[in-house]
Amino acid sequence: MSTLRDTAAVTGVGETRYTRGTEKSALRLTLEASLAAVTDAGLTPRDIDGIVAYASGAVVAEDLLTNFGSEDFRFSATAPMGGASAVAALQCAAMAVNTGVATHVLVPLGRDGYSGTRINRRVGQMRQFRVVSEFEAPVGANAPAQYYAPMARRHMELYGTTSEQFAEVALTMRRHAALNDNALMRTPITVADHHASRMIADPFRLLDCCLESDGGAAVVVSGTERAADMAQPPILLSGMGVGHPDSPSAITQRPDMTRLGLAKAAPRVFEMAGVTHDDIDVAEIYDCFTYTVICQLEDLGFCAKGEGGAFVEEGRIGLGGALPTNTHGGLLSQAHVAGLNHVVELVRQLRGDTGARQVDGADVGLVTGYGDLGDGSIAIMRRQ
Amino acid sequence: MTQRDCEAPLPVPVPTAESRPYWDGLRAHRLVLQRCAACKRPRHYPRPMCADCFSLDHEWFEASEHGLVHSWTVCHHAFHRGFKSDTPYVLLTVDLADGVRMVAPLVEPDASQLSLGLEVILDYLDVSDDVTVPRFRIHD
Repeated sequence: MSTLRDTAAVTGVGETRYTRGTEKSALRLTLEASLAAVTDAGLTPRDIDGIVAYASGAVVAEDLLTNFGSEDFRFSATAPMGGASAVAALQCAAMAVNTGVATHVLVPLGRDGYSGTRINRRVGQMRQFRVVSEFEAPVGANAPAQYYAPMARRHMELYGTTSEQFAEVALTMRRHAALNDNALMRTPITVADHHASRMIADPFRLLDCCLESDGGAAVVVSGTERAADMAQPPILLSGMGVGHPDSPSAITQRPDMTRLGLAKAAPRVFEMAGVTHDDIDVAEIYDCFTYTVICQLEDLGFCAKGEGGAFVEEGRIGLGGALPTNTHGGLLSQAHVAGLNHVVELVRQLRGDTGARQVDGADVGLVTGYGDLGDGSIAIMRRQ
Repeated sequence: MTQRDCEAPLPVPVPTAESRPYWDGLRAHRLVLQRCAACKRPRHYPRPMCADCFSLDHEWFEASEHGLVHSWTVCHHAFHRGFKSDTPYVLLTVDLADGVRMVAPLVEPDASQLSLGLEVILDYLDVSDDVTVPRFRIHD
């Protein structure tokens, strides 16, 4: 049986500066990041013959092709999984280059999440939120914080997970962001700061919630053979997969609301990559909320269900810990580019290019996405 | 229940052909849910197909108004301005006696007495002449 394992590589990465406030459109931000990624790969925009555009964004592939002056474009797709889309797109891209459908596939993502339409209005326009928009919005559930908070509350009630453990995640992301000059939130915070931040949707306080920001990120995926002759050391895509939770269109109706789609994908992807949890040197875990990191650590299999809160204690997810997590500061403290910033960071970690926040001996790492009402995606990468 | 007094419009449900009997039921202060016409498995939210036996035939039945707390959140920040004057409000996720769940606010604004499995009972709030939404109160 054929496998995608190590058949494709990330060959270019790029990001804009992240801001809160911009005059630039989402398309302009997407193009800036895309140009950076293509240049990083040693290519020009016309070398791109495939694009996996962001399904929940404003920019479509045609917008890029027009600006690239593309003449022989061959593959266009979207991976509609909300915040899990960016990592899911790596699987699409790997399939396209592995089969010869395309040679260099761009995964771009730009958004004016701070300056443009905010999340509470965006959600109501998304088809995947149709069911909750009809049945839950009229009773007062109008944004992800309110949809996800009951998952966190049930986890706390069942397993004794605490707000102090949520704070540990927030503080760790902030400490990492302080080492990243392209992170928006770099001022250190304490547990007291976390607890004093205003309640948004109990148990989520402001400092449990990710940022809204403006900016773009992009990566280029190429076949492994081609990658050997390109500008950067190739970072191999060793395992990729996606998973949907039970009852994917409504958290409310899910048999176990503490179990995400990631729980289904993770075992498959570890097997595809041929690595174990002990092999993972660095993890970039989608952190729309602090709780979401704790839940995913369980669903990834780093600890048993219910033990994620204890897992994040004692510096385990910080630089120097057993599983350095979100070394760029994550969505909580770097910026919100729907997790494509997590992909960029993992590639840079595996290249050894991250300076003060570099994980020593980072050879194998994983990145996850979490989206919509619990969709999950995961990729395991390694340096060649 | 009296009509809601609010300065900002609330998000209103847009019933579909598949969901209209549910909303019509609430309007009449009855809990009317969907179930499979073939295997009788109740389901919520309304949809065309039974995920157990794949029958496309359904029927409606009057369901029990009793339920147990499955989880909750307390909304301190209104993400829709229509709910601003309600904050803080408690949103319950409830295991209904018929085996499906429902999200609705708790009449009482205080979450301190909540626990998993607490018994609640459905209540109805007429938010306009056309729309009634569910809510829960703690069962005495």
